[in-house]
Amino acid sequence: MTLIGVSILTFVLLRVVPGDQITAAYGTAAGDLSPEQLQALEAYYGLNEPLLSQYLGWLGGVLTGNLGVSATSHLSVLSMTAQSLPNTIELAVLAIGIGLVLGVPGGMLAASRPGRARDQISQLTSLVALSVPSFLLAAAVSSWLVNTIGWYPNGEGYRTLGEDPLLNLQQMLLPALVLGISIAPPILQTTRAAILAVRSEDFIRTARAKGVPARRLQVRHILRNALIPVVTMSGLQFGFLLGGALVVEQIFAIPGIGRQVLLGLEQKEYAVVQSTVLVIAVMFVLVNLLTDVIYRLVDPRVRVQ
Amino acid sequence: MSAAADMHEVPEVPTTRASGRWRQAFRTPGGIVGLVLMAIVTTLALLSAAGFGPDPAAQEVSEALQGPSGTHWFGTDQFGRDIFARVCSGLANSLRVAIVSVTVAALGGVLLGILAGYYQGILDRAVGVITNVLFAFPSLLLALALAATLRRSWLTVAIAIAVVYLPIFARVARGPVLTLRHAEYVLAATAVGRTRLSTLFVHVLPNILGILVVQVTLSLSWAILTEAALSFLGFGTPPPAASLGGMIYEAQTLTSVAPWMLYAPGAALILAVVGLNLLGDGLRAALDPRGGSK
Repeated sequence: MTLIGVSILTFVLLRVVPGDQITAAYGTAAGDLSPEQLQALEAYYGLNEPLLSQYLGWLGGVLTGNLGVSATSHLSVLSMTAQSLPNTIELAVLAIGIGLVLGVPGGMLAASRPGRARDQISQLTSLVALSVPSFLLAAAVSSWLVNTIGWYPNGEGYRTLGEDPLLNLQQMLLPALVLGISIAPPILQTTRAAILAVRSEDFIRTARAKGVPARRLQVRHILRNALIPVVTMSGLQFGFLLGGALVVEQIFAIPGIGRQVLLGLEQKEYAVVQSTVLVIAVMFVLVNLLTDVIYRLVDPRVRVQ
Repeated sequence: MSAAADMHEVPEVPTTRASGRWRQAFRTPGGIVGLVLMAIVTTLALLSAAGFGPDPAAQEVSEALQGPSGTHWFGTDQFGRDIFARVCSGLANSLRVAIVSVTVAALGGVLLGILAGYYQGILDRAVGVITNVLFAFPSLLLALALAATLRRSWLTVAIAIAVVYLPIFARVARGPVLTLRHAEYVLAATAVGRTRLSTLFVHVLPNILGILVVQVTLSLSWAILTEAALSFLGFGTPPPAASLGGMIYEAQTLTSVAPWMLYAPGAALILAVVGLNLLGDGLRAALDPRGGSK
């Protein structure tokens, strides 16, 4: 139901865009086309049909794996997505990794002495990190690197993980770091709140009373339970990264799925933008669903309800 | 439900308590810093909008790319425009977009949310479908697609951002209404002959205002960030009008010769957002009954 709404919305949105696909494909030369040629092209792209049948045609194609063809590069959107999606997923996985490495220990540190200096410092740091937009951080970091040590791996053409693993990881490092810093604050906050909540539970008092050593109590009893909401949070952030990475992909020239949307928008390519946005939205919904499922697996209490 | 238990504690004259809570919000160090930052940002934006200071659009090519000095406090850009004037004007633009978009989103979203939560039925299901569809898009992607569709101006950017945040307000408003509609004083109001619609606005709405105020403050900071991101990508406020995101984009290629072009708009953006976030945290601690992570 939601997905049908999503597909209608993406379809309608892009039909309202001023300028059409033919002008996009032929540039100013489109003005020189004779009315007959224009009609033939409109028929070729299916632009002369009523909106409803255009929509149904597009939807039918999507359901059978035909996402349309780019008018400028003549590549199918499916193959473009097959190339760009792995890059975005790699970036998102690395960013989540960095976000967890920064956020979970930060949250543990903050929760270890709530209200004291270390708590306030980590809360303030996360508030500032939350307030710095990723594109500003990306612009500042890349310009600083270029100007000081002259090392900027993203200046070269992009290589996939399969082509050149070493260069690929160098190229992924900065964008993943920037995105990781921007998703660390919510992870930190969730970890902190979860640890504080678990610590006041009855079973912790019981464990402490029966003499469980402090370290074991921290790891086995508190942290293990506190990580359940952190898993949910990471899932939400992963979904956000699939579509939200587009600014960072643009700055660091990572040919991911977000950049595919941006390029499509610039070139007024209905088919590309529509299908790519739909792919992103579907993945977003699926990731959120999957997070829900994992949550049920990790936390037996939810399963019972 | 503990929320239902809280309902009985709402005093007869909520205004005195509310004003006390407001004061409490501005007594925390974070709340005060946030208030001061926002006062500075708003003053600069208002002065710029009123036409004080140098003209943000005036070009003086002979003075292009100069560092900060007495005449040009934050230096000049590649066209010799005064960066301090452009930062102030950019802040004014950010605030204008943020205020318009959040006002539209809050009014529309809250209205949909409380009506859906209060009347339930088909209306609730319809609002549910709309919010679910809008939530299925990553927020920046949706704002981008909307902004790219509409003719470029600050107003269309504001509308695009409003559409993205509308479902958030609808959901935030709907939740508490679901519990409140069964509260005794709401039932009592209907029992003494008040119409359901007027009960909704006179008795239910005032009780969720605290949560909404917090949501508004936080949404303002997101809206400023979203506007900046859209302008950075070239789909936001169109030039020659100054926008912080657009200035950062222009500065990006010139950082080796004119790093101040990046510092000033970047710092202004961060200060505005930090200010709003601190203010929002202070308000949340004071107003939101569920707040206070202690």
